[in-house]
Amino acid sequence: MEHKNWQGFNAGAWQNEINVRDFIQSNYKEYCGDANFLVKATKRTQSLMSKVNALFKLERERGGVLDIDVNTVSSLKSYAPGYIDKDNEIIFGMQTDAPLKRGVNPFGGMRMVKQACEAYGYTLSEKVQEEFRFRTTHNDGVFRAYTEEMRAARKCHVITGLPDAYGRGRIIGDYRRVALYGVDKLIEEKKKDKANLALGDFNVDTIRLDEELFQQITFLGYLKDMASMYGFDISQPAKDAKEAVQWTYFAYLGAIKEQNGAAMSLGRVSTFFDIYFERDIERGILTEEGAQEIMDDFVMKLRIARHLRTPEYNELFGGDPMWITEAVGGMGEDGRTLVTKNSFRMLNTLYTLGSSPEPNLTILWSEKLPMNFKKFCAKVSKDTDSIQYENDEVMRPIYGDDYAIACCVSAMKIGKQMQFFGARCNLAKLLLIALNGGYDATSNVRIGPQMPVMDCDKLDFNEVLNRYNVYVSWLSKLYVNTMNIIHYMHDKYAYEKTQMALHDTEVGRFMAFGVAGLSVVADSLSAIKYASVKPKLNEQGFIVDFETVGAFPKYGNDDDRVDLIAKELTHTVITELRKTPTYRNAVHTLSVLTITSNVMYGKNTGATPDGRKASEPFAPGANPMHNREENGALASLNSVAKISYDDCRDGISNTFSITPEALGRTEEERVDNLVNILDGYFKKKAHHINVNVLNRETLLEAYENPENYPNLTIRVSGYAVNFNKLSREQQREVISRTFHESL
Amino acid sequence: MTGRVHSIQTLGTLDGPGVRFVVFTQGCNLRCGCCHNPDTWDLLGGEIYMPEQILEKALRYRDYFGDKGGITFSGGEPLLQAQFVKEVFALCHDNGINTCLDTSGSVFNQAAKELLEQTDRVLLDIKYTNDEDYKRFVGCSLGCVENFLKYLDAKKINTTLRQVIIPTLNDSDSSILKLKEIANNHKCVDKIELLPFKKICKSKYDQMGIDFVFDKYSTPNSEIMNKLNSLLR
Repeated sequence: MEHKNWQGFNAGAWQNEINVRDFIQSNYKEYCGDANFLVKATKRTQSLMSKVNALFKLERERGGVLDIDVNTVSSLKSYAPGYIDKDNEIIFGMQTDAPLKRGVNPFGGMRMVKQACEAYGYTLSEKVQEEFRFRTTHNDGVFRAYTEEMRAARKCHVITGLPDAYGRGRIIGDYRRVALYGVDKLIEEKKKDKANLALGDFNVDTIRLDEELFQQITFLGYLKDMASMYGFDISQPAKDAKEAVQWTYFAYLGAIKEQNGAAMSLGRVSTFFDIYFERDIERGILTEEGAQEIMDDFVMKLRIARHLRTPEYNELFGGDPMWITEAVGGMGEDGRTLVTKNSFRMLNTLYTLGSSPEPNLTILWSEKLPMNFKKFCAKVSKDTDSIQYENDEVMRPIYGDDYAIACCVSAMKIGKQMQFFGARCNLAKLLLIALNGGYDATSNVRIGPQMPVMDCDKLDFNEVLNRYNVYVSWLSKLYVNTMNIIHYMHDKYAYEKTQMALHDTEVGRFMAFGVAGLSVVADSLSAIKYASVKPKLNEQGFIVDFETVGAFPKYGNDDDRVDLIAKELTHTVITELRKTPTYRNAVHTLSVLTITSNVMYGKNTGATPDGRKASEPFAPGANPMHNREENGALASLNSVAKISYDDCRDGISNTFSITPEALGRTEEERVDNLVNILDGYFKKKAHHINVNVLNRETLLEAYENPENYPNLTIRVSGYAVNFNKLSREQQREVISRTFHESL
Repeated sequence: MTGRVHSIQTLGTLDGPGVRFVVFTQGCNLRCGCCHNPDTWDLLGGEIYMPEQILEKALRYRDYFGDKGGITFSGGEPLLQAQFVKEVFALCHDNGINTCLDTSGSVFNQAAKELLEQTDRVLLDIKYTNDEDYKRFVGCSLGCVENFLKYLDAKKINTTLRQVIIPTLNDSDSSILKLKEIANNHKCVDKIELLPFKKICKSKYDQMGIDFVFDKYSTPNSEIMNKLNSLLR
């Protein structure tokens, strides 16, 4: 197939099938040079951004939400077009009819929407409630099927954050397909798939898929309608760079109008766009200023994307995140780097527009990346604390070279794989439930197999481990079955029509489970093994505290005695999870990632044998517990690197904070040393790292005088936040973390 | 042969080029007023290590060293355990790890000479540029350190001169120019680092029940440091 808008592109398989990867591989130009070609923000960009910053300020002043449209259910066509400053914008499209105004999306659950409106002083309109009176939401469906035990697990917080009342997210549509092929071609292909399906037998699976295809085709039509409301016809391929970015953005915009999933990630668009930029620059119709302006405008749009959340939700996922994750860089399977000039431009938006948590820029790191790019990344980290790094060398062999990251650390092939998000279970609480023989002393709930309380003078390591593993096995089965219900109902009542229309019809599925409190349990088991731990009982005869005497190795010091306990813990969990079959034959995966829920998990968990007091926060993700690292930063990194990506295919998150002084004396040294640290860490087959280069004093200052730090961005756990948007409790936890300092 | 080690810092970026695995040895012969590690003075403290144990640990961090980094021995005074450090450095060289010695240069004997055979770079702390201050605030003579430097020059061992800047004691232009002159007179010196005096170590002194005599001096601000650094250019 040929199309006039494809003139100047190299031919390939991509012309005859939906194959964005082949288009990229056939057409992109790797860039190994330095960052000197980059330009500063134009006057237009500065002026538009200052308007956006004023809106951000107003949003803060109004308690975090600027405005809510309580009368309209969010969908692709439900709002009139919105603008920041119509005459000066380059890329168009708003979620609602005005910037930062939030829509309501009750498909996940009505109660959450009502509560969220109320939390900010609004009332959900009768009209919207009426529209949903005879409609089943995802939340309704889940609770019709939940068992007593599932409810109890949820109530006592041993499993929490489950997407049973809001959109599950973590699905990345291949938004680039709209730019490359135009919507009409995508509809045509989906219609072919639907016709093919009719040739076979109909059963539960094929009937469901058949109906899904009907919905996908319908929503592709809506996507065209939505674009035409802004005056664009996206039925055909994009003819230039501006259109390529605009078409792609419309596809993403359609997804976030339709769905309020926790993480609505973008994918991997920078190098794809670069092909269009290069073509236009070669044709003499685009300058470097023009290219950066398009990227700036696009990123500005991403920065103002919002979903309406409840305060309880913010406790789990602090900072009002969207996880508009964009994977940048990486290496190709043929050995060329996927870094292009536009990879630099994407990072440059942190200078042209200022630092920001969104989009969640994620560098796919390889030792083989061009040195100039590595140094630029390190400089951006040092200057903005806004980017994260993930190991391309461990992911590429599994997902190829056209994968992206959903949310924080979840890798998937773009347009070919999706995941069923499953939050996480609390391993520290599970240990306490096990020691108490099936009783949660924090919520006073009996749960799990019933056994005697492990009352003794000194806990025996092997006995505890055996007991604990019984409970891991019990919880794993419960966890998988709970997830099966959730995702069955989500598919049934809140199916992602736009996003799945931008996937192949035959799609690979992951079911992503997670654990919190890994370092707490590892250190607790180490204490039981190497020190002496005596349980302390309350009047009812349940363990509520521990007396720990003697030293014990602590996770975070590169000490195999405890690090291998941590590694084994994750191995046990994933092995147990795999024993229970999943909905739609999804592949079981596991993450060690907490978002900001480590604070809430800690709050709901009693004292632990490692010396952590009741309600004290856990460390985030796979991090060692705060300030237990005694041998410096690299020892801590080595400990985390031992957790196996084969066991934790949904990602292992590590957040690393270091003072600028501890990275070296001069600017140049700091950049070089950070590059070496990243190279070293990833050579150890580690998966992920958030890098913050800052002083604790800065955070203390911002804690006391937030008005002086409106844009202070920090990495927390797989994503970045505006420090001011965290709760006071979350802020204190961030401040208490280990900062690697120079002596 | 074993050595006494005060502590290990797996990420050192200030003691030698690149990313470094830094071993702080236990025990010091000097009592510099500005010392920020009084807990390394005691000759009998610390943890006992075999050279192979240090190597085994350092190897765990080799991936981070890049093409410049490596191992650094600091202290305390590593020259007091020259034979032990030499054995570690020899093992490091067998494994292609760059070696760096952070020292006062105040111990100069056969063992020290043998250690220098295995040393890729010396970070030599010149505390003051006159003998009176050396005698008063350090406890050895400047001449002794100069002899050490002469030997480094003869052996062509890359050397960084370092000085902790303490306002009123050694922050005069003439003192810095003297330091520059010393550097110029020795071809082995390819770098001078001026380090601002800091007082975060005071809590250590308090904990150990020792008087932190230098508490009375101020810490130099970046303006002073910039000015002094400009004299070196």
